[in-house]
Amino acid sequence: MKKVTPISVFACLFISVLLSAISTSAQNIKPDADNAGLTLPTGFAALKVADNVGRTRHIAVNKQGAIYAKLERLDNGKGIVVLKDTDGDGRAETKTSFANYIGTGIAIKGNYLYAASNKEVFKYALNENGDIVDENAAATIVTGLIDKGQHNSKSITLDNAGNIYVNIGAPSNACQEKDRTKGSMGMMPCPILDSAGGIWQFKVDQFNQSYANGVRYATGLRNVVGLDWNNQLNQLFVTQHGRDMLNNLYPEIYDTTLSAELPSETMYAINKGDNAGWPYVYYDHSKGKKMMAPEYGGDGKKTVEDKFINPAMAFPAHMAPNGLLFYTGNQFPARYKNGAFIAFHGSWNRSPLPQEGYYVVFVPYENGKPTGKWEVFANGFSGKTVVKNPRDAQHRPCGLAEGPDGSLYVSDDVKGTIYRIMYQK
Amino acid sequence: MQRIILAVVVGMISFSAVTAQTNNKLVAASIARGKTVYLQRCMVCHQADGGGVPKLNAPLDASTAVNGSDISKLVKYIVKGLNDRIEIDGEFYANAMPAADDLKDQQIADVLTFIRSNWSNKAGPVTLTQVKQIRSKLK
Repeated sequence: MKKVTPISVFACLFISVLLSAISTSAQNIKPDADNAGLTLPTGFAALKVADNVGRTRHIAVNKQGAIYAKLERLDNGKGIVVLKDTDGDGRAETKTSFANYIGTGIAIKGNYLYAASNKEVFKYALNENGDIVDENAAATIVTGLIDKGQHNSKSITLDNAGNIYVNIGAPSNACQEKDRTKGSMGMMPCPILDSAGGIWQFKVDQFNQSYANGVRYATGLRNVVGLDWNNQLNQLFVTQHGRDMLNNLYPEIYDTTLSAELPSETMYAINKGDNAGWPYVYYDHSKGKKMMAPEYGGDGKKTVEDKFINPAMAFPAHMAPNGLLFYTGNQFPARYKNGAFIAFHGSWNRSPLPQEGYYVVFVPYENGKPTGKWEVFANGFSGKTVVKNPRDAQHRPCGLAEGPDGSLYVSDDVKGTIYRIMYQK
Repeated sequence: MQRIILAVVVGMISFSAVTAQTNNKLVAASIARGKTVYLQRCMVCHQADGGGVPKLNAPLDASTAVNGSDISKLVKYIVKGLNDRIEIDGEFYANAMPAADDLKDQQIADVLTFIRSNWSNKAGPVTLTQVKQIRSKLK
């Protein structure tokens, strides 16, 4: 019999601790038999972490794997739901809620949770278990942002230098004198851009900041809902909802098919001071050009070559990119690392053509640049082969988050289903 | 005398049957014209199934506002548009509705008649006279 050294005993203990941790990781979690109704690439599986959570917009996952979901409609008077898997089966056993405001944006950075209403951004301290220290001790870091109903959701992300980025959507389609009205010209310059239609930067450690304290970090962005700080490139990326109703407003230039396919939905790599050109231009992915908007003298042919930034990636029109996430985990195969996932909420203004979107897309990156090709990663949220009318969609993907084990979480703001997507060899 | 009464009654019945028939034809024609207006001006937002877009554009199908007896609001929305976030049947809708004040009174009557009788809606037709009356008060 070999002599058992204290070191080998220690090593055995260490290994068994490791094993117990692994036992609750994605490899051993049983997915739903139907993969939660989703169609996924080979090797991936999915389950419903929770159902009927409320209208969950964006989500954040802490280091312990608990999910914080921001609701756009109060549920029992509360606007943030906390979901915990207490037995390691991947499904949430406990659901608690707090905060008395609705909204979209939510993020965790360091030991703080940040959450946005449609006008403000709040900050909560987290303890060593990733729990909120005091639900009633929300610090208001940003206040007084524009909320006029249209495009009022505020999305947030944080960099590594103490800044938070907030989207302020333009309460307008194309900055016409009369919104969405045929024959009404675009205002020049567009006055909306002073306080909306861009990304504003604020400090995470200052309170009650508003326009006077913030920096208009990027402008000419009609309505950004997905935004994420890319830690590999140390750069802000955003996804914009392009303008609507080209056919209704300019039927002599755009027929219903062109209007369904234009303009592109766009993803931008943002540097401080960038201008993406809304409302003066829109992007046409079939031409690979920035086009002059008809409200500002465009005729469907006039391009704008300079002045405004080009998108890093363009997608078919109206699909509504609501969630953006750069994947940093090791669970998925290597090609997914540092690539972008985008949750497309799904279109409404492509009729009479069928609607499009209602899925999660993957954009592969190589050497810090998108390869130019995107692919549908997770489909089937709507429960329909073809969505003719938006109300037929059973679920609509909205928010994305990465778990500590590299699982991808997706929220749905119709029924409040939280999906977990895992790679299982 | 009895014969005369009978003849009058029969005559009245057949007359009202004819007017009902004519009326049905008029309503059917109004619905057909209204559909054209709907496809061109309304469908992009309110959708082919009248279901609208959750949280953005209000549904017209099965809507209490659309099916109600008070049509003055409906005429006003079409003529004046709507810029405020609106609550209908407990839901809020965020998008602005453009004013369609270029539509003629007859077109407004037609499109409302189409909307109120289409999908699961079973409300009565809207007449040119009603639209004229409501619209004159709006100006």
